[in-house]
Amino acid sequence: MNDAVVAPTIEYGTLAPMLLVFGAAVVGVLVEAFAPRYMRKSIHVPLTLLSLAGAFALVIVQVVKGAVPTAPVAMGAVAVDGPSLFIWGVILVLSFVCVLMINDEGHFVASAAAVPGSADEEEAEAAGGSHTEVYPLVLFAVGGMLLFPASHDLLTMFVGLEVMSLPLYLLCGLARRRRLLSQEASMKYFLLGAFSSAFFLYGTAMIYGFAGTVSFTGINKALSTGSLLDPILLLGLSLLGVGLLFKIGAAPFQAWKPDVYQGAPTPITALMASGTLVAAVGALLRVFWVALGNLDWDWRPVMWAVAALTMVVGAILAITQTDIKRMLAYSSIAHAGFLLIGVMATFDKSAQNAKSLSAIMFYLLVYSITTVGAFAVVTMVRDPGGEAGHLSRWAGLGKRSPILAGIFAFFLLAFAGIPLTSGFFGKYAVFAAALASGSEAGDSLGGWMTGLVVLGVVASAIAAFFYVRVIVLMFFSDPAADGPSIAVPSMGTVAVIAISLLITVGVGLFPQPMLDLANQAASGLFIR
Amino acid sequence: MTTHYLVLSGLLFAIGAMGVLIRRNAIVVFMCVELMLNACNLAFVAFARQNGNLEGQIIAFFVMVVAAAEVVVGLAIIVTIFRTRRSASVDDANLLKY
Repeated sequence: MNDAVVAPTIEYGTLAPMLLVFGAAVVGVLVEAFAPRYMRKSIHVPLTLLSLAGAFALVIVQVVKGAVPTAPVAMGAVAVDGPSLFIWGVILVLSFVCVLMINDEGHFVASAAAVPGSADEEEAEAAGGSHTEVYPLVLFAVGGMLLFPASHDLLTMFVGLEVMSLPLYLLCGLARRRRLLSQEASMKYFLLGAFSSAFFLYGTAMIYGFAGTVSFTGINKALSTGSLLDPILLLGLSLLGVGLLFKIGAAPFQAWKPDVYQGAPTPITALMASGTLVAAVGALLRVFWVALGNLDWDWRPVMWAVAALTMVVGAILAITQTDIKRMLAYSSIAHAGFLLIGVMATFDKSAQNAKSLSAIMFYLLVYSITTVGAFAVVTMVRDPGGEAGHLSRWAGLGKRSPILAGIFAFFLLAFAGIPLTSGFFGKYAVFAAALASGSEAGDSLGGWMTGLVVLGVVASAIAAFFYVRVIVLMFFSDPAADGPSIAVPSMGTVAVIAISLLITVGVGLFPQPMLDLANQAASGLFIR
Repeated sequence: MTTHYLVLSGLLFAIGAMGVLIRRNAIVVFMCVELMLNACNLAFVAFARQNGNLEGQIIAFFVMVVAAAEVVVGLAIIVTIFRTRRSASVDDANLLKY
């Protein structure tokens, strides 16, 4: 027993996008520590944007070079495969766009520690500025989002989950307006998030007890030899599932989503609704496919029920909402359900898997970019006390500001999946993949998949109802006399809306290039 | 032998989970979450012993670090909300609903 300690090998080149984001986050903390207050923002903005753009460029370079590794890197901790690179690219684009929105003045509180309504707060407001800590926090969260879906063992995944979540808990509490709501959202998100990650961790412990390792490869191997009815294993499977499904906001773990989305500052809501969802779906796919793929007869029925419940709950509860951000949150829950249909469609060692995987990735891309655009529009419709959240305030917006209302209506139609928008092709791809995988499996599974798709179509129809209701409200009712004002958008917000609109329209008209890209990324599947 | 530790860890986890669900003070709720994390640590270490490898013990260290980071963030949030509302009860934070 005199083994020399072997230095671990780390493939810095392959991990460069993630390392760049984390590095920039650390530099951001140093800037907070050493740069004078008046200079901080002018350092943070280029630092954050350039690091995200640079990380995106590094992802592109890897794709173009075709140097996608076929084995996990960093001693088996991180898997940078085709799906990872695609998801990284999507997350980096989304976070870049969200940072453009975060740059705007007026979203974040001047001093988070000051009690709302106190003299301290007035003083901080009068002194101007806002928390520039937001930038490093966002970078850490984005770094966690990159690590979370790419991790190749459960420990790395847990660390990624926490690195993604902890900054977001704080960011949720930093809204400048409606401080009480913001703080409440922050506390609810924190307590529920910590609760769910404890479940994830206990699941990890159980799986470790069964397999003797937390590496996905090792778990997969242990499952192919060991007893699949071990209670420890089944407990671990269900607890892991709880932790992951909480993050994507699937019913019955969806309760945090509307509260947090409504209370958080809107740019942060946009980041959570897009980046976190993409990362969490990626992680869910990887865990259930790479590590627990051999158990699919155990988790598939539960996932079926969760997908069905999520779609129905999201679509029906969205109808009753009176706040625009809450409505979008329920819409996000419904879309998480549609994504779970796609997750159901990857199973076994089927050839269909690559198609299902590419459908999910395509859906993630088009849905999340549209979401960011919709939230960017929400930031522009303002009351004296902040954003005009209540739906009644949006009445007649089409007459006051036809362009803005038209763009918002277009985003809503994309959510609903109307043809000629990107949302249509996203939904079509996922539903078609689910049907194909069902018919390939034959036997009873085929019928169940068809049932789920039918339910998905019904839920889409219900969802279309409340999207169209908002459109009707905007264009066919009279504006209130003291209606909300439309903020003059900053360059950043214009860019955000333009980019989202461009992608939503572009992919809606010419989906093929993007579908090809997703196919190509999914063709190698997740590495085991 | 491992079974004893697992039963203890399961009990701790259940006590923590029940505490999160029924206690009303945010600090106590948070302490219950920490209890759950410690239950995880116990399970990891017990399994490490059973499996005869060190991974579980190493994971326990990672969990401690993450728990410490979580305390920093969590207490900051709870203290802020206490200063605003003069109450740390999770029932009082009820503006966001339906």
